[in-house]
Amino acid sequence: MSERHVIKHKRYSAAQNAQLLVQLIILVVAVIFAIFPVIWVVSASLNPSQSMVTQSVIPPLPETRTVFAEGAGTLLRIASPAGRRVERSAELILLVEIDGVEKELRSPKNGYVRNIRLEVGESFAADEALYDISSSYLINFDILLSTPRRPFLRWLFNSLAVASITAVLVVLISAFSAYSFSRFRFSGRRHLLVLILLVQVFPNLLAMVAIFLMLQQIGNHIPFFGLNTNGGLILVYVGGGMGINIWLMKGFFDSVPRDIDESALVDGANHWQTYWLLIFPLVRPVLVVVGILSFVGSYNEFVLARILLRDKDSWTLMVGLWSYVSASFALDWGVFAAGAIIGALPCLVIYLGLQDQIVGGLTQGAVKG
Amino acid sequence: MHALAARRAAARPPGCNETMTEPPQAHKTKRGPRAAASLFRLGATYLGLIIVDAFALYLIYAFASDGIWELAITIGVITLMVNIINLRADLYALRWIAPALSLMILLVVFPIAYTVYVSFTNYGDGNLLTKTQVLKLLGPQTYLPEGGKVYRWNLYQNASGEFALWLTDEDAGGAYYFATLHNFEPVTTVAAGADLPGEYQGYRQLSRGESLKAVNAAQAMAFGGESFKIGIAGRREAGEFAKRYQFLSEQDAVLDNKSGALFRANYATGQFENDEGGTLFTGFISAIGLENYQSFIDRDDIRGPLARIFAWTIAFSLASVFTTFALGLFFALLLQNKRIPFKRAFRTLLIIPWPIPGLISVAIWRGMLNSNLGVVSNIIRSFGLEPPPFFIDAGWAKLAIILVNLWLGYPYFMLVCSGALAAIPRDMYEAAEVDGANWWQKFRDLTLPMLLVAVGPLLIASFTYNFNNFIIIEAFNQGGPPMVEAGTVPAGHTDILISYAFRLAFGGGRGSDFGLASAITIIIFLMVAGVTLAQYRLTKGWEETSENV
Repeated sequence: MSERHVIKHKRYSAAQNAQLLVQLIILVVAVIFAIFPVIWVVSASLNPSQSMVTQSVIPPLPETRTVFAEGAGTLLRIASPAGRRVERSAELILLVEIDGVEKELRSPKNGYVRNIRLEVGESFAADEALYDISSSYLINFDILLSTPRRPFLRWLFNSLAVASITAVLVVLISAFSAYSFSRFRFSGRRHLLVLILLVQVFPNLLAMVAIFLMLQQIGNHIPFFGLNTNGGLILVYVGGGMGINIWLMKGFFDSVPRDIDESALVDGANHWQTYWLLIFPLVRPVLVVVGILSFVGSYNEFVLARILLRDKDSWTLMVGLWSYVSASFALDWGVFAAGAIIGALPCLVIYLGLQDQIVGGLTQGAVKG
Repeated sequence: MHALAARRAAARPPGCNETMTEPPQAHKTKRGPRAAASLFRLGATYLGLIIVDAFALYLIYAFASDGIWELAITIGVITLMVNIINLRADLYALRWIAPALSLMILLVVFPIAYTVYVSFTNYGDGNLLTKTQVLKLLGPQTYLPEGGKVYRWNLYQNASGEFALWLTDEDAGGAYYFATLHNFEPVTTVAAGADLPGEYQGYRQLSRGESLKAVNAAQAMAFGGESFKIGIAGRREAGEFAKRYQFLSEQDAVLDNKSGALFRANYATGQFENDEGGTLFTGFISAIGLENYQSFIDRDDIRGPLARIFAWTIAFSLASVFTTFALGLFFALLLQNKRIPFKRAFRTLLIIPWPIPGLISVAIWRGMLNSNLGVVSNIIRSFGLEPPPFFIDAGWAKLAIILVNLWLGYPYFMLVCSGALAAIPRDMYEAAEVDGANWWQKFRDLTLPMLLVAVGPLLIASFTYNFNNFIIIEAFNQGGPPMVEAGTVPAGHTDILISYAFRLAFGGGRGSDFGLASAITIIIFLMVAGVTLAQYRLTKGWEETSENV
């Protein structure tokens, strides 16, 4: 092998080396195309100025600057304590009197107020220092996690809960079916299998109107599965994610030799015991793949979640992030970027960590959006 | 092979267990602890079924009494199926499938069927309730008839803010009655004609000024409890409420007791209409036949936009499949060269767009392409050029969407093509080289055909996926820029069919037209079904499928 390699190496012509160089250049350009948006959003999340206007690839260094008064006056009241975490909706407000008029001075939204130079009741001259404010790389994350109007952690929790419960239910329920299709021979089996595949051709996104109306009616009688509930969303996800997974798992179940469970049955175990004690441990790899795919699928799902969930507290992460995009996007850009990074992290970790398994599962089961 | 399998299947008696030496029902006949265990299991099965059935019956009753027959029947069918499967020992194998089957019927099959049904109705704003639900809504409506019994009222209020009425019956010599929200009773402790007490049963008399302030709120209330309703009719008068609407089933009409008008059910419009063409405040869901489908042709504000949206949907799907496949294949070919250093790192970096949730990716691109502030525009501007209006001009918006979708989609095909390329035997290339083929000939005559066999079905799947790629359209520009000729029906130049249907159903602004939206999703159904059928014809997928079974 190594000998052949050496021989090959000798044969490389100038043309081949030039070709390699061109290929490398193309690959580098391709990688820039691939990761530029990611770099950009990371830098935006670390940039203390939240708006899109002042973005740059390398965020400015954190700095402390002093805010000066714009006229002589008296400090009447400090509305939020300095030095504490300052969230955007509750920034420092100084109530002052300037030229006999009471005014509110609000601190800028992109920094932490460090120290207030004045005591309450103290007078200040024009251009006198009022307080120091220091920017921070993490201020966007701070705002993201502490704005009650947008309960990001709640959305993250909802998403993780919905996706995990969906994944577990999909795996359990479709594994039962796959076991039956793989191990029993009954009349109508073949038709049922083909029927399941056929039905699955239509994503349940297409029936969104019907699903919306159905959940509305169901919610009148079982509030837990109604509109605006995570229970209803899970129900829809589980029902929609069944068919293709039954097929994927059945293929894997078939590859487990039948002798194993037949000898267990002869020894007096029933099917329930055989399934849990023998088959289940053996098919665990495919269950993990199916579980991950349906976790990621429901974590990323946006359309049905948006239609079915109206109330802010029941939103999933994607619906919540969408609220940034649909509102004053350019102004909340930094905070959105912080949310996007946290939101993308679970899937990024799962995919890059388990690349090979997932690719294997994907090419077996074709694409499933 | 296929025929053989079929013959084998036919030779088996139905319900027969081919391979299992011990059919499950055999357990029941054994004695001893086994029998006890199986008796316990049988008991558990019955108990489970009873709970499920009780729950299902409640739902069926509830939906049927709302007039939502389709849902009631679906749940009935599922319940029946579950019962039969669990009670018949020869259907043991199906018990394992029953949960999946029930969920699929309820959440996939039923919604598809229901979509078809809705597409033939006027379901939408103004017609959101079934006729039964409308009648239920009309039932408790009341009015104060003229010429009924009249009382004089004074307003009282208790500590928790509830109002009550002190009523004086002047016709009966000033007899007093007291009506709270819950009951109505004659006052016995205060003589007729005596001064009103400041406090009575925990209620305090409101002063004149307080009464004036509270009268608006109190006027909306019905006092006196369930059977006997009394309400404020004027500045001084209170009167007995009467039932306002009455359903006359033999005439299929609603009688308005207040005006005496008769509102007949009109199934063509889904309204209760009187002779003057007036309607009740809400219509009902009614089958209106092909009207939604006819509006594809008849209505000017739908015909033009729909045709353009249809064309763009197909163009977008084809362009997306072609570009993502081409770029993915190109990168996969590049990475094939064994001399490339850091291959694993290149591969991982190139996959990066894949795991990022679609909505997030599209939103990032939306920010980067922002015409005024976005980084791409700034870069273009720094070369002294005017950045293209990605969100204003229809052509640029379409180009941007295809570009963003390319970024989202190529990693998938890169991975798939890498796998497929690796599976092509090396000696075929060596043979081609011996024959003097150049790289283009090798690619065209060897690589591409071999690749397409493996990747072909995925290309078609990708086409149908992009056909319904709602997220990219919605997150990038909500289908904008808007089409002028669409008028009040929301439609944009980059809308695809599914996003157009979404806008019709949930678009806000103009209101919801579930019927029309469903009719459009039916077009999508037909397209997807057609593509899938063609795919199976082409690849003879049916036979493969049956062989794998």
